Amino acid sequence: MAKTAANSRPLARRPDNSAFKQQRLPAWSPMLTGGTVLPFFFFMGVLCILLGVWLLLTVQGTYEIKVDYTEAGTCDRCYELRNLSKKAHEPCTCRVNFSLKENFTGDVFFYYGLVNFHQNLRRYMDSRDDGQMVGRLKNLKVQSHPHPHPRMQLDSNNDCICYPVQKSKLHSATLANKLLLSSVLVISSNQSPSSYCHPFIHVNKTPIAPCGAIANSMFNDSFTLNYHSAVGKAEAVPLYRKGIAWYTDKNVKFRNPSMPNKTLPQVFEGTVQPLYWQKPVYQLDPSDPNNNGFVNEDLIVWMREAAFPKFKKLYGILNRNHPVFRDGLPAGDYNYPAQYFQGRKQVVLSTVTWFGGQNHFLPIAYMVTGGLVLLLAVVLTVVYVKVGKGRMNLPD
Amino acid sequence: MAREFGEPGGLECSKVKKRSKKKSKKENKTRTVYSNILYDHVKGHDNPNRHYADNKIKTTKYTLLSFLPKNLFEQFHRYANVYFVFIALLNFVPVVNAFQPELALAPVVFILSVTAIKDLWEDYRRHRSDKEINHMDCLVYCRRERRYVEKYWKEVHVGDFIRLRCNEILPADILLLSSSDPDRLCHIETATLDGETNLKQRQVVRSFIDQDCDFDPSQYNSIIECEKPNNDLNRFRGYIIHRSGRRDGLYKENLLLRGCTVRNTEEAVGIVIYAGHETKAMLNNNGPRYKRSKLERQMNVDVFWCVVILLVMCLFSAIGHGLWMFQYGDQRPVFDVLSPEGTDMSPALSAIYLFLTMIIVFQVLIPISLFVSIEIVKICQVYFIHQDTDLYDEETDSTLQCRALNITEDLGQVQYIFSDKTGTLTENKMVFRRCAVAGVEYSHDANARRLAAYQEMDSEEEECVSRGGTLPRRDSVTSHQSGRVVLRSQSTKSHRRTGSRAEAKRASILSKHTAFSSPMEKDITPDPQLLDKVNQCSIQPLGQLTHELSDIMEFFIALTICNTVVVSSPSHPRQKVRMRFELKSPVKTIEDFIKRFTPSRLTSGSNSSSSSSLAAGRSAQKTGSSGLPSPSAENTLLRLEEEQHPVHHADLQKAFSPVPDNMEGHLLASEDGELRYEAESPDEAALVYAARAYKCSLVGRLPDQVTVELPHLGRLHFELLHTLSFDSTRKRMSVVVRHPLTDQITVYTKGADSVIMDLIRPPSSDDNKSKRQRKILFKTQNYLNLYAASGLRTLCIAKKTLSEEEYGSWLKSHLQAETAIQGREELLFQSAVRLETNLHLLGATGIEDRLQDGVPETIASLRKAGLQIWVLTGDKQETAINIAYACRLLDPEEELIILNADTQTGDPETISLTQEACAVLLEESLHYIQSKFLCDLPEHTARALRDDIRTLDMPPTLVHRLGLVIDGRTLAYALDSSLEDRFLAVARSCRSVLCCRSTPLQKSMVVKLVRNKLKVMTLAIGDGANDVSMIQVADVGVGISGQEGMQAVMASDFAVPRFQYLQKLLLVHGHWCYSRLANMILYFFYKNAMFVALIFWYQFYSGFSGSAMIDQWYLIFFNLMFSAFPQLVTGTLDKDVSAETLQDLPQLYMNGQNSEEYKPYMFWMNMIDAFYQSIVCFFIPYFAYADSDVDLFTWGTPITTLALFTILLHLSIETKTWTWLNWASIIFSISLFFTVALCYSVSCPICYPPSNPYWSMHRLLGDPLFYLLCVITPVVALLPRYFYRACQGSIFPSLVQVGRQLDKLSPESRRNILSQRSMCSAKLPLFPFSGPFPKDYAPSAQESHACKRWDTKDSKQPMDQLRPGSSPQVTESKEGNPNQSIPAASQDKTLPHSEEPHSPVHSFQSCSAIQFDSALDSPDFKMVNWIPSTPFTQRDCVPLMSLSACDLLSTGRGEGRPTPNTLDSVEAEDPSCPTEGSLSTTLL
Repeated sequence: MAKTAANSRPLARRPDNSAFKQQRLPAWSPMLTGGTVLPFFFFMGVLCILLGVWLLLTVQGTYEIKVDYTEAGTCDRCYELRNLSKKAHEPCTCRVNFSLKENFTGDVFFYYGLVNFHQNLRRYMDSRDDGQMVGRLKNLKVQSHPHPHPRMQLDSNNDCICYPVQKSKLHSATLANKLLLSSVLVISSNQSPSSYCHPFIHVNKTPIAPCGAIANSMFNDSFTLNYHSAVGKAEAVPLYRKGIAWYTDKNVKFRNPSMPNKTLPQVFEGTVQPLYWQKPVYQLDPSDPNNNGFVNEDLIVWMREAAFPKFKKLYGILNRNHPVFRDGLPAGDYNYPAQYFQGRKQVVLSTVTWFGGQNHFLPIAYMVTGGLVLLLAVVLTVVYVKVGKGRMNLPD
Repeated sequence: MAREFGEPGGLECSKVKKRSKKKSKKENKTRTVYSNILYDHVKGHDNPNRHYADNKIKTTKYTLLSFLPKNLFEQFHRYANVYFVFIALLNFVPVVNAFQPELALAPVVFILSVTAIKDLWEDYRRHRSDKEINHMDCLVYCRRERRYVEKYWKEVHVGDFIRLRCNEILPADILLLSSSDPDRLCHIETATLDGETNLKQRQVVRSFIDQDCDFDPSQYNSIIECEKPNNDLNRFRGYIIHRSGRRDGLYKENLLLRGCTVRNTEEAVGIVIYAGHETKAMLNNNGPRYKRSKLERQMNVDVFWCVVILLVMCLFSAIGHGLWMFQYGDQRPVFDVLSPEGTDMSPALSAIYLFLTMIIVFQVLIPISLFVSIEIVKICQVYFIHQDTDLYDEETDSTLQCRALNITEDLGQVQYIFSDKTGTLTENKMVFRRCAVAGVEYSHDANARRLAAYQEMDSEEEECVSRGGTLPRRDSVTSHQSGRVVLRSQSTKSHRRTGSRAEAKRASILSKHTAFSSPMEKDITPDPQLLDKVNQCSIQPLGQLTHELSDIMEFFIALTICNTVVVSSPSHPRQKVRMRFELKSPVKTIEDFIKRFTPSRLTSGSNSSSSSSLAAGRSAQKTGSSGLPSPSAENTLLRLEEEQHPVHHADLQKAFSPVPDNMEGHLLASEDGELRYEAESPDEAALVYAARAYKCSLVGRLPDQVTVELPHLGRLHFELLHTLSFDSTRKRMSVVVRHPLTDQITVYTKGADSVIMDLIRPPSSDDNKSKRQRKILFKTQNYLNLYAASGLRTLCIAKKTLSEEEYGSWLKSHLQAETAIQGREELLFQSAVRLETNLHLLGATGIEDRLQDGVPETIASLRKAGLQIWVLTGDKQETAINIAYACRLLDPEEELIILNADTQTGDPETISLTQEACAVLLEESLHYIQSKFLCDLPEHTARALRDDIRTLDMPPTLVHRLGLVIDGRTLAYALDSSLEDRFLAVARSCRSVLCCRSTPLQKSMVVKLVRNKLKVMTLAIGDGANDVSMIQVADVGVGISGQEGMQAVMASDFAVPRFQYLQKLLLVHGHWCYSRLANMILYFFYKNAMFVALIFWYQFYSGFSGSAMIDQWYLIFFNLMFSAFPQLVTGTLDKDVSAETLQDLPQLYMNGQNSEEYKPYMFWMNMIDAFYQSIVCFFIPYFAYADSDVDLFTWGTPITTLALFTILLHLSIETKTWTWLNWASIIFSISLFFTVALCYSVSCPICYPPSNPYWSMHRLLGDPLFYLLCVITPVVALLPRYFYRACQGSIFPSLVQVGRQLDKLSPESRRNILSQRSMCSAKLPLFPFSGPFPKDYAPSAQESHACKRWDTKDSKQPMDQLRPGSSPQVTESKEGNPNQSIPAASQDKTLPHSEEPHSPVHSFQSCSAIQFDSALDSPDFKMVNWIPSTPFTQRDCVPLMSLSACDLLSTGRGEGRPTPNTLDSVEAEDPSCPTEGSLSTTLL
């Protein structure tokens, strides 16, 4: 059939003589030989070295101090306390002194750091409910039964009262969790928070808010920083405790659940606080009512899982409106159950450059790479001149 | 094509009830077909035909409903798919899940659906074509309406009666019951089945022949019993049982096959025997073939290694996790999470879970998209191959077809080519060249000049069209020292394609429907001498002819009628010329005829060459009424039983119905010179055309009669009694006719000289006549040898006269044989053998089968490409050798080793003797080769090598300048398992191997042997049915879509229109396909490993918990989307070297042969590189972000980006040519990634648990650190590879890179370099940096030191020659011989031995050269003088030992060495060549 059609026209099956079909598209075919590659090598080498030098100079202008307070100063007492599970819930305050050798100029960032804390553990990472955090009521608690277990709820509150939170602006220590993990009951019948939160999803069928392992293990040491000037009088270092989270997190990813005509605590009725917590989520920041609930910035910062087991998280930014704090920043106080993860805690004070914190790796890497590329370029040149050139240039 | 026909439906018009015949035919070995007219419904209970398949064809695999399950089921036959589904399902298990389960399904669903869509589309196309075919119309007899009604093909059933009209396509396999043709014939064209365009005659079943009136289906009540459906197109057996109980045999001549076209016949009626899928055409249609290419096999090994790596990585992680858990002991850290059940998990248990999780996370390592990508790339490659205009043949308007879609890259790795000769190397256009009749040679010089003229026209045109940039054609006639070579080149010349392309094209377009008749074949210039004699004998009365003249007449008669040629006239190409009635009818004419020729005819009987027993008177009486039916007894035998030939009645009737004279005149005028002959094989046509040149032309052929026009005799009608058709065992065909002049029963036999000469009646007495006979025999044999030596196909023509008694007794047995159902072929064969004895030799013909265009060039360049070319042919040795010389397969410079074993008897003892003899023979050859080529090696290496040579470990490059010729009989022994190793050892050290007279089975055995034992890639190319088995056995089968039908094409993987296209197909497309695919596969492995390793490194920082810093979406779509397109573009379009350079430098092909693009170590190098790069891509961001407050995904996203950049840049380094498509695809990839990432990270803050990428990408883009990383990381990651490539390009460029440099030059300088390369004869300068080379081309490690030396030396040279940069003066190297500079035949292979001035070759060459000079310089040199002295000729003319004999003949320069003509002297050393003679041995 097709044949007859073809027969009618001679050469009907002749393929098109187009550049594409004949694989003759105009093409650039670079040759990787000494001649073509060398300029690139030299250019790259010089570029890397220059960049490296520039970065290095930039990094030189930054300051950083790390203070490990796990057992330092008076914190050894807290450390021991935390090691005894019986007394783990007792509040504990401690003080560590350190001095800055030089003035930290510019914006100073106050971080808390944890070492050997695996926030990136897969099971840990997965244990969260973004739907709850974004303020979805149905992820918060069971909607069909607004008050399913009022008594239970009361018990929870009592629980909370049993471990009163020591609130102090400057020297405060929150209490560590003490509940045994085995006491957590998992009831799968009620799925209101995402099942990803397992096993931190319910306490006695009451949903936990915020649920999941990440929220549960939120870092709750609090710090105050006092500056002991030469004059002797200690002066509190003012820190901005807000504006430390991503703007999008604060405004999009984390929203408080809202119900018409209800206050935050009313909305959270029917949920319990995480097991390790001393106070419910809507009371995290007594100083600012708008910094409570899921939009609490400490919570938001904590919920962004760190990439490495050794990490730091922003705690505050130096308020430079105070005339004293153009530069110096002394000590801190803290408490946190470091023993459970065999880790260490530290405080980091640091200024930053335009490309991040104080990190000497990048400039050095640039310079080494640049050097290496130049070295190879030289080798290649030698080889090329001695060997390749004669051969590669074909006689005309 | 055949697939496109068919379908069933219900015959619904018959409503009458009939009794039922209960019989289940299922278990029977035969099929019984009844007429459907007898039953009211086709599928009714009572219809015995109801079990047979109907005519509806369905080539689709799926229906709408079954598509999904069936397609999935088929896809799951692939292990990879099962694996990926398994992984996806694993994700649904909560303890081990790594991703969002739905997301994890994405890749596998994607892959499955891509394949499913492809399948669906293919199936839809099949469905469309099925539908079209099923709805074609045909006429089916309707019982109710008592007439033929139009029905769809699909409504046809077995048992239906079908009326066929002219030019209709047959809907099913139909038994022919009636035809409007007066001869009860039906002509069909079988082009769709076998590609043969000539008409085939089909006969009405015997018992229906005499039904003059229209066939009435309602009267039909016979039962047909025949074979079960089978796919043998050339076999149909069965019988028809009439109501009377009489049985008649049914043969393939009665069966019309589905898909053929009815021609020349106005109407025919038949009954459907096989329908739909049971037709022979459909059974023959196996669809495309699936082979697994070498590259894919290699790839699968590496996929397996990937699995191993994956498991190791998973195991490592699992153990790591267990230990990590263990270190915490009972005190669980706060960040540890329990199992969902809330229970503590033991480290061991969580390690086990983790193992499964890691398999999910690392799944990308097994490249899921690789399989799909490879398929896509291959489809594109096939598309491009199809589109290549260089592979398009204008003459036949056909392009190359890839029938196997998945082995394109095998084309680039072929090492051995096995080629058929006839039709493959040659055009299979036979031209009559010369003949010898009655011992006199007629050289047809004018004919030769005519052919040469075609040749010249051709070459002129070639020069005009020769494109710039190609190699300057080397003149093949340049001054060679040896006169023989000059001579050779002349004959070579005539072998070359004659007839300019344009003319051939014109001719082919004109004669599209007529096979085998280009003007060149048709116009034969008669030899004046012979023409004189022919004229002479027509002047003289027939009876007074001398023996010679009568032989000449008989010779031409035999040429004319001993064939199966069908005559048609040009004005109606498909119209049979119906000469018969007009010619034989008028009484007047016959009377004239008798009057005119009576004197001669009256005497002719007594004078006929055989001692006829027929009385002259009787013959006179008979001839007087020639054309009338003879009432004699033998006639009764002839006309079988009731089957009186209707013809004869017709004759009688017509005889008395006067036909106007002018009508005959008119016909005569139109017919002369314009008749077309359609032959089944081209040499038949050539012979008929040759005879026509001598005015002896075939004007008509009917099944029982051949009409011949003889000079001055007018038309003669030979009553055709039998045609014993050609078969390859007998190698001859015969016709039995009643000679109209003598009325004797005469057998004309035509066949291969070897068999015919044996069947000639030996001259018995010593009288003059038999002396003369002996002389004729002897002379003819000499001429035959001469023909063979000059590359002509020889045929012997003989005849035999039978007495009526002899014929009668033979006829009886023959009829028995014909009607036998069991073992019919065997019986017919024996019957034929009984008849063809005691023949009288008439003459011999030499037909030239011209080489196809460009064959020598193609072979030369394929050989330069490192391909071993073996020719396996069924032709005789001499012809084969000469064609081999003509196409430069053998080189005059080469020595030939000829292995011939002769066995006359077949008893086991002899066979074992021969076997031993062969063993010794092969040993001898080995020794010979060793002594010849090892002599220049240091003693110890030589010894080492000598031990090696017998084993197959011999380095494959150790190929000498030797040609091996082996014939079929010897091959049979050599292929025995005890000898095959030795045979191979000999064969592979020869540069060319020629197997003659080999059967199809032997061909395939040779291919199989080489493929299996040497572990090489083989390609078989052929055009005929006898090559099918070889094509199927080879790794790559190529069919030539030529004139010998489609069977080879149907069996092949690739079909090319001409042999010469093989060059571009292999050298260019094969190379490209291979290098593209190999690079793509390697890149795939690299890419996946690199990406997965990133996550692996992260496990060290995440407690081996299986968490990934790369978001699950990126992880899953990275392979499928972000990085998929550039590699597809590169895999499809990348050209490492341009097509021109690849063809100019065939050596580049070795790249693929040695698998240099993809060696096993390269996989590991790529893996190491992948791991290195992933380390860089992981740790640079790691250190850059260490100690910072970065969160997981803000850190992971740059890593993904960096990996993407690195991977794309890596591809850029590996990409050789950049077209806009490459740029576009890379830009597209990057922008796709960023677009997707940006959209993804703003789309929904909570939708993708557990990851929460919200705004991370946007934030990242505002981070300067990200850009700093983007600069340094790819640089560091790719530095080693880039540096390596740069070094490789400058210091030790591979051959391919040199080729690429050539590409960059201007055309002129390219040409300069290339021509310098091939012309210079200076010694090779040493390269200062040749150091790295041996490493690159090193032989396998276990080879001995000595071999290594050899190997490097041998294989390096072509490379060195290619170092164009360094050396304009670099060359082929020493082509050796100081006294012989032979540019024409220059060989690129440099042979070490030729450096040795005292090597045996040299002395030998010089000695033979001297002789040739003296012999050949005289211009009037006659071939006759020297041909018989060639060694192999002598083989034929000396009666061979009655027992068995193996001969080893080592002859220098093939045909050239003068050897005395007796057997004894073969044993004697040639005095002129002492070194040589000691090596030639004859084993008796």
